Amino acid sequence: MSTITGGRISSNLVENFEEIYKGLTMSEAIEEANRCLYCYDAPCIKACPTSIQIPKFIKKIATGNLKGSAKTILESNPLGASCARVCPTEELCEGACVLNHDTKPISIGHLQRHATDWAMKQNKPLFKAGEPNGKTVAIIGSGPAGLSAARELSLLGYNVTIFEANEEAGGLNLYGIVSFRLPQEVVRWEVEQIKMLGVEIRTKTVVGLDITAEEILNQFDRVILAIGMGKVPNLDIEGESLKGVLDAIEVVKRTKIEAPTGELVGKKVAVIGAGNTAIDAATTAVRLGASNVQILYRRTKKEMTAYQFEYDFAKQDGVEFRWLTAPTKILGNEQGEVVGLECVSMSLDETDKDGRRRPVPIQNSEKILDVDAVIKAIGQTKYTKLIEDFGLNHIKGVVDVDSETYQTSQEKVFACGDVIFGNGQGEAMVVTAAEQGKEVAKAIHRTFMLQSEIA
Amino acid sequence: MADLQINLAGIKSPNPFWLASAPPTNSGYQVQRAFEAGWGGAVWKTLGDPIINTTSRFAAASFNGKKVAGFNNIELITDRPLEVNLKEIYETKKRFPNHAIIASLMVEPQQEKWHEIVKRVEDIGVDGLELNFGCPHGMAERGMGAASGQVPELVEKQTYWVKEVAKTPVIVKLTPNITDITVTAEAAVRGGADAVSMINTINSLMGVDLDSWNTIPHVAGKGAHGGYCGPAVKPIALNMVGECARNPLIDIPISGIGGISNWKDAAEFILMGATGVQVCTAAMHHGFSIVEDMIDGLNNYLDEKGIASVMDLVGKSVPKYSNWGDLDLNYKVVARINNDVCINCNKCHISCEDTSHQCIDMLVDENGKSYLKVREEDCVGCNLCSIVCPVDGAIDMVEVKQALPSMSWNQRQSRIASFMTERVAK
Repeated sequence: MSTITGGRISSNLVENFEEIYKGLTMSEAIEEANRCLYCYDAPCIKACPTSIQIPKFIKKIATGNLKGSAKTILESNPLGASCARVCPTEELCEGACVLNHDTKPISIGHLQRHATDWAMKQNKPLFKAGEPNGKTVAIIGSGPAGLSAARELSLLGYNVTIFEANEEAGGLNLYGIVSFRLPQEVVRWEVEQIKMLGVEIRTKTVVGLDITAEEILNQFDRVILAIGMGKVPNLDIEGESLKGVLDAIEVVKRTKIEAPTGELVGKKVAVIGAGNTAIDAATTAVRLGASNVQILYRRTKKEMTAYQFEYDFAKQDGVEFRWLTAPTKILGNEQGEVVGLECVSMSLDETDKDGRRRPVPIQNSEKILDVDAVIKAIGQTKYTKLIEDFGLNHIKGVVDVDSETYQTSQEKVFACGDVIFGNGQGEAMVVTAAEQGKEVAKAIHRTFMLQSEIA
Repeated sequence: MADLQINLAGIKSPNPFWLASAPPTNSGYQVQRAFEAGWGGAVWKTLGDPIINTTSRFAAASFNGKKVAGFNNIELITDRPLEVNLKEIYETKKRFPNHAIIASLMVEPQQEKWHEIVKRVEDIGVDGLELNFGCPHGMAERGMGAASGQVPELVEKQTYWVKEVAKTPVIVKLTPNITDITVTAEAAVRGGADAVSMINTINSLMGVDLDSWNTIPHVAGKGAHGGYCGPAVKPIALNMVGECARNPLIDIPISGIGGISNWKDAAEFILMGATGVQVCTAAMHHGFSIVEDMIDGLNNYLDEKGIASVMDLVGKSVPKYSNWGDLDLNYKVVARINNDVCINCNKCHISCEDTSHQCIDMLVDENGKSYLKVREEDCVGCNLCSIVCPVDGAIDMVEVKQALPSMSWNQRQSRIASFMTERVAK
């Protein structure tokens, strides 16, 4: 949720990872729902990547039809409960609300959470699987894109099997988003809803290890690759293997699967990068008890990819930002532990090919920061090997797909989510992945419809 | 998924939500859009001798910043030729054979005029007729609408004339601008009506412009009373439906109208005896799509209650609607304040202190914290504090078990009377 402010940091680390925003009270929800104008041809719907019928679901909150409201949300977005919490709403629905021009926009995200929270408490299936059509689909990856595709396909009557390498299904939503924003229960509920439709999820199953790509291609009528992205790449500087050099994705993941260990308590932490993952890592470090957390970015605030609300959130947590600063060397002691970070100041040069100004080092500007840990958050690597196992065309690990059908270079194989996130593929948001999952399901269905027409 | 189909005096529709005879049902284009959106039926805007309408026509009451708490109009019946309306009714019925189309009719109180229009309309194919004895403005000045509807003999006689020739069910739409609506409803029954619908709009003047001193709305600086409807009239309409539903002489179905804005309002009318409902203002405020939540909400409600058909809900609250004299005088509720929920606005205290029974004390505990407490022995259980309380759950009205058995005023009076008789006899 974008309008939440930072929570109070407690010395009880477990408390720090409880969801910060507790949701609207019933009175707040009714009051806010009744403020919605119920616009016709509403701009909020157009601004939602999954086209949730927002005025409709809000009206249903106002009339006390919470079941109908939750169904309206989840019909368009199978991950509506997660998205209510993590969507950058002021960039999307709330940013488009007509009341921005009059009073203040409707808190669409909070209302969406109110309705989906209600549904979560009921814990009953809200949808029914379609009449089985005898076709099978394998989905690799149980993150937002994979889950969304699975839900849509099972509504259409497909027999869906999801392959998931991790212990549990949920992907990025379960392991990659800080729990003070998105608690695991929410993701588990969404997974459960999809399981109740008859979708089989094979966890702890690594494709390429436990089952080969070829086996999957042979066993299923269609395959969806929704494997997301991997670890943070290396900085390619000296000292990267020292104890205390961490991967942002791993840092967040650990907080989601185990109780905080206290290893960052009192530590001075540098986070490299200024995207949303960097913010997550920095605010996580604060909550893990770090005494000082600074984000280092080689460009300026203007070029950072983190959303404004993420930046504000980090500032409220006391995270410091060092702009135009790039790491050059991680310094260690005799025990192999991080003791400092050598950096260099940068300046921005001419505009680069991608439209951003290129950072160049300023000579003799080296300085040493006193830090005990370095968290890398400079993007994520691609699962190139797996992509190639399926024989798919790709550019640097970004799978090549038809922009409308999401079909890859292999007729049977489709791809969606972060695995196709690259140049010109829009923003890497949970809600985008959810929409792509839906689109892929529709595209697969069309291929069968087309076949039966031919037959 | 509950069965939402209704059968109102032989008129069937896929759900209980009809558009009332009003601007939304002025043309085939509109009614067809409404059916596409999900409305189960439509009562076509009143047919009769064409009239000329004024501009402007509508006005609405806002309440504390909320738009359209009430709505008022001075529009008359259809201003389009009868042939045009009939052609569009025919086309609409052909496209939507399973939806209910009811023609609203209004002519001068003459037998041949009623016979003529009924035959022409039924020839084109409608599912029923609704006689407009309710329009309170304009038409009433010409002896039609409410002017007819306020005279029980005219209601009975005109209904009878219609029934002489009508082949489809006849609904008589009643005006609320009358002291006791059951009198005209009974007249409709005597005339042979198959159903009654209520309420039509209530005489109203929406306001006066403080700068121009014009009425709101005005036509070239002059105003005339209009007909009031919308959410504000719901309690008035609900009472009239309830009064008719519990009257044994009015043993025909009721189509409920008056401020119905959502599925909850509809369910209340149905519980109070309406077989279906008619809606206008809510559609005028938000468009036809609001019916989607009406259908979905009512369906979810019935499912949750384990009720298979909406017809099973009809009239379930009618036995609970009674005369004051039948209420139990020995039943007692008192207010109880939950201080953990209370936000200390003190509105309950001042409303009770100034305008009710002075039984809510403002106290301070040993920690210096303010709190409110009801002296239950002095509380008359009027509900006022819980009505003005802004926070759900801060004030509960709780039942206090009484030693005395239940006794109504009527029982008490008859007990006293028989006691007196016995004494006299002795």
